Amino acid sequence: MRFIFKTNYAQDINIARHGGDKFWYSLLIILMLAMPLIIDDFYLGEISYVCILAIAGIGLMILSGYTGLASLGHAAFLGIGAYTHAFLLTNGVPFFASIPIVVIVSFMVGALIGIPILRLTGMYLAIATLALCFIAEHVFIKWEHFTGGNRGMPVPQPEIMGMSFYDSTTFYYVCLAFLILSMFAAINILRSPTGRAFVAIRDSEIAAQSLGVNLGLYKALSFAISGAFTGLAGALLAHYIGYLAPDIFNIFLSLTLLLLIVVGGMGSLHGTVFGAIFVGSLPQLIAICRDYLPSSVGSQPGLEPMLFGLILVLFILYEPLGIYGRWVKIKLFFQLFPTYKKQTFKKQKVFTKSDRV
Amino acid sequence: MQLIQLIIDGVASGCIYGLVALGFVLIYKATETINFAQGDILMLGAFVAFSLIGVLGMDYIMGFALTVVIIAVFGFFLDSVVVRQIIGQPPFATVMLTIGIGFILRGFASIYWGTDIFSFSTPFSGKITEFNGLIISYVNLSIIIGTVILVSVLYLFFTFSRIGVAMRASSENQLAAYYMGIPVKFIFSLIWSISAATAAIAGVLLAPITLVDTSISLIGLKAFAAAVLGGFGSIPGAIVGGIIIGIVEQLCGTYENYLFEGVREISAYLVLILTLIIYPRGLFSDKAEVKKV
Repeated sequence: MRFIFKTNYAQDINIARHGGDKFWYSLLIILMLAMPLIIDDFYLGEISYVCILAIAGIGLMILSGYTGLASLGHAAFLGIGAYTHAFLLTNGVPFFASIPIVVIVSFMVGALIGIPILRLTGMYLAIATLALCFIAEHVFIKWEHFTGGNRGMPVPQPEIMGMSFYDSTTFYYVCLAFLILSMFAAINILRSPTGRAFVAIRDSEIAAQSLGVNLGLYKALSFAISGAFTGLAGALLAHYIGYLAPDIFNIFLSLTLLLLIVVGGMGSLHGTVFGAIFVGSLPQLIAICRDYLPSSVGSQPGLEPMLFGLILVLFILYEPLGIYGRWVKIKLFFQLFPTYKKQTFKKQKVFTKSDRV
Repeated sequence: MQLIQLIIDGVASGCIYGLVALGFVLIYKATETINFAQGDILMLGAFVAFSLIGVLGMDYIMGFALTVVIIAVFGFFLDSVVVRQIIGQPPFATVMLTIGIGFILRGFASIYWGTDIFSFSTPFSGKITEFNGLIISYVNLSIIIGTVILVSVLYLFFTFSRIGVAMRASSENQLAAYYMGIPVKFIFSLIWSISAATAAIAGVLLAPITLVDTSISLIGLKAFAAAVLGGFGSIPGAIVGGIIIGIVEQLCGTYENYLFEGVREISAYLVLILTLIIYPRGLFSDKAEVKKV
């Protein structure tokens, strides 16, 4: 067990808690940079996809995991990001100018949607965002001038410093760079007063309010920041898919993002990466499962949503803290061996208001 | 005259939304959770009815009754085995759990029954009646009458039967109900089974119109609009909300040219969002249940 000797209050918000952290994360980054040397193009594409998912996951994690607001409509932000980016690129805006515009647009849309909707709490918010997802999908279909409607819209693949996006190595580095940038931005947001206000709102709205947190402002801000990250992921996703169609950004994609953060572990940025790896490899896992099932079951298209739901239910019931939570528990078990207590991670139960008038 | 015709059609489809919304409201009032799988239970009901009536060749009434019983039992165990385990966790967990259950049901239906579109014969199919130039199909009539009967039965049940009163007591105050010797857990599972049965009835009534396939589970989402409009937690509100949504949808479909293209499909969601923004209490809520910041 490592004990950190704190000599300064600023140490509480250090990005790396101790030398071990610095060492392992540097190693991870070096490994990720060397990845194109190790594995072939197909897997490189898959890892790029995982990076994109992780960026979108960061967005949803800030909203759901840290501010405690459930959103079932984040596919709408992915769609807004993707379509804005594709539209700008088609009209000759260079890649590095387009990305900031996409981020700003998604931020604004997030704030615009957030302000009226965030007066709602809990379930109502989930329902409202669900409705938004449908409306957004519908807008993508009907606003043909901007999105190409059901015919779809090709995404131009730009060149950066003479290297085309068709090359999977280039695309991988772009995704990785944006993931590292987003991660860094998210860590900094979360250790700033803004991030602390988010967490305070999640844990107790009343307590946060009495400490001077402006609930409406911070909730709208959380929604906007979350939208900005997800919009960025959408822009990269547009390159990954190559051809945008409105039905990509459906409710199923929103739920995939939710699955990502639940499986990864609510309330941790590590969780987004774990969740992204899980969700990214899920299609492969399902493909493997199909081989072992009788063909009458294995060939059905319904298998995917079913496994999807099953995994979600099992995680909610048996490991609500997700993969990262499990990892923390295992680590603590060995650190504290033989004195580990299960009660360490027991959550305080919140009971329903029984005395409603 | 065309307007009245539209309103009648709207009322019929609105009754379905109302019935599904009724399921939401019953569960919400009792346990303060929302069952996002309600639409999928409706779909399951329609499929079970198809199996019993269309495949096994049962009598319509018999098949209908048996479907309702099967789905009610399913709802009972859904609560007592799965959903009850997460009592005490934040609302987010319930949302995710019921969405997951919905996906499992939908996946199961498409694996077991396939992705084809099915239909089964009902005594109402294809028959219409004319009244002063209004054309009313027997299917629509069956939906409206079915809803009226069901709502009256539920009203009598909640007002006069012992179990009904116990249910109302447990949703008013769990702790007090428990002290009075009401088996609260059992009552909650029973409420889940009633709400599942309501969804199944809606599914069977709806089957002749939309036919049976997995996409009818989306009705559950439109029913949210009905429940919110009626003020979540009010039983008459759910039905009235559903009827309003149904009528709005019909009107939007017909007068699409005056509004914008494709307004029909999203009209329910637009009503939902507008309600939440302008008047989040809903029409029939007796108190401000939605907290404002």
